Amino acid sequence: MAQAPIPGDGRRAAGLLAPAYLWLTLAVFLPLSAMLFFSFLTAAPFGTESPRATLENYRDFFETPTYALLLWKSIRLGLWVTLLCVLIGFPCALVLARQIRGRAREALFLLVILPFWSNSLVRVFSWAIVLRGNGVLDRTLDALLPFDVRLGLMFTPAAVVIGLVHSYLPYVILTSYLALQAIEDDIFDAARALGAGRITILRRLILPLSLPGLIAGAVLVFVPVVGSFMEPRILGGRFGTYFGTVIEDQFVAVFNWPLGAALSFILLAVVLAILGLSSPVLRRGLT
Amino acid sequence: MAEVSVAGVTMRFGEMTALDDVSLDFVNGGFFALLGPSGSGKTTLLRVIAGFLFPQAGRVRIAGQPVERVPVEKREIGMMFQNYALFPNLTVAENVGFGLRVRHVSRAEERRRVGEALDLVQLSGLGARRPRELSGGQRQRVALARAIVTNPKVLLLDEPLSALDKALRVDMQIELKRIQREVGITTIFVTHDQEEALTLADRIGILRDGRLVQAGPPREVYNAPIDTFTARFLGEANLLPDPLPVPLPDGARLSLTSAAAHAVRPEALTLSPGPIAAAENLLPGRLVSRVFAGSMATCIVAVLGETWKVVARDRDLPQLPENTEVWLGWARADTIPIDRA
Repeated sequence: MAQAPIPGDGRRAAGLLAPAYLWLTLAVFLPLSAMLFFSFLTAAPFGTESPRATLENYRDFFETPTYALLLWKSIRLGLWVTLLCVLIGFPCALVLARQIRGRAREALFLLVILPFWSNSLVRVFSWAIVLRGNGVLDRTLDALLPFDVRLGLMFTPAAVVIGLVHSYLPYVILTSYLALQAIEDDIFDAARALGAGRITILRRLILPLSLPGLIAGAVLVFVPVVGSFMEPRILGGRFGTYFGTVIEDQFVAVFNWPLGAALSFILLAVVLAILGLSSPVLRRGLT
Repeated sequence: MAEVSVAGVTMRFGEMTALDDVSLDFVNGGFFALLGPSGSGKTTLLRVIAGFLFPQAGRVRIAGQPVERVPVEKREIGMMFQNYALFPNLTVAENVGFGLRVRHVSRAEERRRVGEALDLVQLSGLGARRPRELSGGQRQRVALARAIVTNPKVLLLDEPLSALDKALRVDMQIELKRIQREVGITTIFVTHDQEEALTLADRIGILRDGRLVQAGPPREVYNAPIDTFTARFLGEANLLPDPLPVPLPDGARLSLTSAAAHAVRPEALTLSPGPIAAAENLLPGRLVSRVFAGSMATCIVAVLGETWKVVARDRDLPQLPENTEVWLGWARADTIPIDRA
């Protein structure tokens, strides 16, 4: 039943919400606005000469095919990492939510969340140690297998994907786990009583009912991976140039903030467009 | 012929014995209630019959076939759960048709049978709704339609009505009984509500601590309980103290059998401010309290150190102040002899 609004309720709600909005304004809206502003300038307004307004930075993107190619490369990277995270993460979450109980579940959860607790640089460099030629992985496989193993994974796109999947896998596991756990156990009993086997239960009940969590996890992975720059740079070597690393270069190496800002907003727009275009599919999954 | 038969079934969970050598036959087409307090093993027995649990010992037969190692999805049973367990992502029609889809029934056949099942539970026209758009009673009906649409050999109901409020529960009891008769399906249902068991079932089985205490038609179990637990669990029972005080208070008289214990139902007692001349059994007591509950009233009376209940129509119970002396009388035929204390 809807409650009648109490006079002054709206004002109180506004008062209670004010700190949150203030924080959002300071931490998100202002910096983003500043960046948007920079992206229309000829230079960042830090030097002696005063910058002029221009669309040059955006034109740069459309006139240089390399940018579009790199953006496509980043999107492909995002799709691959998201796909692998979903393929690995969802079964993990399924086992965690439905098969394992008690302390074992807590321990496994800790292992899932562990990547979040370590510094991302440490994480990426650890992978470098594992993947590099004659590294941990090569030596282990060499010792186990009778023939010579030279995987040569380091400085390949595969290394970038491995590093990113490891970093972002917890998002998919956690969101899927929450969705899976919310499903009542009785539903599976009911389906079994009706004669349904495991595959039917997975296809007609578990997947549709946990899809919102799975999609949330996939979005949480896809968006940052498309703009990622650290893992590509460290693990990708000469293959490691992506849209994210180009943006980073503009800010850190070339000091062309306006171009970096413009490329960032193009990335933001493209990611939003992808999410928007897929939203009919996503929304169907959510209902 | 017994459609479902359970023989010597024992079910242990670690140290705990949930079912201890339970044997019970469920007659074809019958409506059987498994009754017992929580922890008595009634739900465990239902889940053993359903096939969710495999017993450590004993046989379970459905339609003559031994099934104690057959998993639930192969047993051709229909089951209804306490919270209905409807599939929230599917429509009502899809919920009801789920078991048919699993059996690869053709779409036309599925539509026809789902329609029939929804007609039977009086939900025609609601097939396109989602479970969350239904009331509690409607969800209940969907769950029932879903359980019977596959023509199972036996229908298992786990506390089917406990989530409904009282008025709706009574409606659904009548409805459930009608549908069960119409379909003619062997039905086993678990409940802790003794009134529900007496209303619905044509046979009841009483469980306690994993053992079957007594089974039989409701009237028989009610009128001839095998022990004091059953007497008290199925309906209210006033037990005579054992041993009886010697001598009995002045004016008291009892004519008892040689049974181990004796009980009197609250509705068999007559309460009066003075001794009742015609009563074959008569005991003095002290009125503790009087509770008015609409059609009926209950008097709590302290008798021979026990607390007894007297239930009668409100106007048939004299209006007396608390703590006054009263007399309780009853006929010899109303004394229930109980073989086991």
